[in-house]
Amino acid sequence: MRDAVLIKIEPRPEPSRVMRYCSPLLAALLMLISGLIIFTLLGKNPVEAFHAFFVEPINDFYGLGELCIKASPLMLIGTGLAVGFRASIWNIGAEGQLAIGALCGGAVAVYFNQSSSGFILPAMISAGAVGGMLWASIPALLRTKFNANEILVSLMLNYVAILLLAMLVHGPLRDPDGYGFPQSVLFGESATLPIMIEGTRLHVGVLLSLAGVVAGWVFLEKSFTGYQIRVAGGAGRAATYAGFEYNRLIWIGLLAGGLAAGVAGVMEIAGPIGQLLPSVSPGYGYAAIIVAFVGRLHPGGIFLASLLMALLYLGGESGQMNLDLPSAVTGIFQGLLLFYLLAADFLVNYRIRTKSSQQEGN
Amino acid sequence: MDLSLVLHIMVAAVAAGTPFVFAALGELVTEKSGVLNLGVEGMMLVGAITGFIAMAKSGSLLLAVVSGMAAGAAMAAVFGVLTLTLMANQVASGLALTIFGMGLSAFLGLDYTSFALPGVAELHLPLLSDLPVIGPLLFSYDVLVYSSVVLFVAVSWFLYKTRAGLLLRGIGEAPESAHALGYNVIGIRYLAVLFGGAMAGLGGVYLSVAYTPVWVEGMVAGRGWVSLALVVFATWRPLRVMAGAYLFGGITIAQFHVQGFGIEIPSQLLSMLPYIATIIVLVVISRDQQTIRLNSPASLGKTYHPENQ
Repeated sequence: MRDAVLIKIEPRPEPSRVMRYCSPLLAALLMLISGLIIFTLLGKNPVEAFHAFFVEPINDFYGLGELCIKASPLMLIGTGLAVGFRASIWNIGAEGQLAIGALCGGAVAVYFNQSSSGFILPAMISAGAVGGMLWASIPALLRTKFNANEILVSLMLNYVAILLLAMLVHGPLRDPDGYGFPQSVLFGESATLPIMIEGTRLHVGVLLSLAGVVAGWVFLEKSFTGYQIRVAGGAGRAATYAGFEYNRLIWIGLLAGGLAAGVAGVMEIAGPIGQLLPSVSPGYGYAAIIVAFVGRLHPGGIFLASLLMALLYLGGESGQMNLDLPSAVTGIFQGLLLFYLLAADFLVNYRIRTKSSQQEGN
Repeated sequence: MDLSLVLHIMVAAVAAGTPFVFAALGELVTEKSGVLNLGVEGMMLVGAITGFIAMAKSGSLLLAVVSGMAAGAAMAAVFGVLTLTLMANQVASGLALTIFGMGLSAFLGLDYTSFALPGVAELHLPLLSDLPVIGPLLFSYDVLVYSSVVLFVAVSWFLYKTRAGLLLRGIGEAPESAHALGYNVIGIRYLAVLFGGAMAGLGGVYLSVAYTPVWVEGMVAGRGWVSLALVVFATWRPLRVMAGAYLFGGITIAQFHVQGFGIEIPSQLLSMLPYIATIIVLVVISRDQQTIRLNSPASLGKTYHPENQ
């Protein structure tokens, strides 16, 4: 007879609510630990690197403003994507929808360049919203009419959108006095989002994003359609939902993402960038997918996750400036975070038990 | 159009289609086992940079191929642990793999940006390569292109002529039944996932070492996603995967030839062609839901674990 420690994995009778909230925290912790290891492997002092990456970017007022600027598109797009993801509608096209939003909003700004009307900004944002939704309606239409997989269609459209933006910025939208550089005129004051706090770049668009998150919360948690979306995302969606009902949710899911990404695109060019460039996003459309998952497809969680992801972007820049860390580390951190989350979610549905038990020895 | 130009275009289409052949045949085997791995793009990118570095450091094509395949398989192993052992959602895990692969390949490639390799020479086969028309069309490629054809034969033979292939397909159709018969469903799915990863890695190596032997961040440029679409387009049949791959190879190179004819079209518009073609092809194929349902592995994308049943 000898004592043996048995490790046993067993399904939980009910998914654990506690683990649902703990697993993003666990994932973030594991990512930080991996970060320390990566820093060490790159031959940096891990404590110093950690400080440069995660603390230095936000230890002053300006840095906190930058954090909010970066988090703003992420939380807005993440919320929009969550509407679709909750119903298992996978819009991977936010990066393209953002580019089209920026293109439409930017075209308004370029066309009314001489005007100082107060209607220009609202017109830009509306144009971006419509553009983003139109771009998202392509996968929605092809999915509902022809059953074409929305993941592949929305993803392909990212490449098309980015090429379209580049083409127009090289062509009709180019600044005629710009020495041939592929960029539009610098937007005037009437086409730029006002700065809220002197000494930072914090613009009012951040408030719009926060309003979007709140609106998303009301829609998802309090409306009947939000309830339908939750049901549809559950196990027996085919059994519960007649085709036409589910088609409606496909449209809503994709349009919500397109709307959010389109508006986010306008806020980038009317905010920190201030003009149209061939490339307007450092992968916000993809990062927002991670934000949506890490935020548990819940607007509150998405808000917090967007701050973490924004810090990863800032940390990448700061680490490069201060410690010569390659900024590409950011992409690795983003991917690792999602890996760890998916792995940690195992603990939502299963528990690991260790028990000492008497066993027959041999 | 004269014959030599037609020949030239066809040969170029085969070369451009070869990365799709590797990646899509690998994904085909993975999907036949019932697992949907959306991380092909990420696995190709990591395979591409790993093979590129190995080639730059050693100059050995064999080493480049082996390390690229190993890197793709290692990426696939992460996907396997998440989806097969930890039962995570396959769509989310595949996306994570692609996002991680984009970051990792950019990071690994930092010191190699715009670094150029000598490329891979075409094999000159005595007599055969010198034949008129047939010579350039069939016998003017590098060793990797021929390997992709061998891969096609091997995959077709394996899936439809061997017991193991039958078992793999059976697991994709009905994992519960295979489990009840005493087969290790999870173990076999792991092998299928690893194979898919190795082939995606090899597709990446072909791109970075032979097709355009210069490292550019994100150089796979959506080919992994096109490969996924090709599997649907081929309704999960190897021969159609080949046909689709060369068709897309042709579309990829069409952009260069249109400009060659002196037609004034913005280059970005031409670069959109493969992506738009993918969407059109998906729509045409997916309209026929009956065919899709009959041909797609019945358990595709669904999480399965014997202890759950």
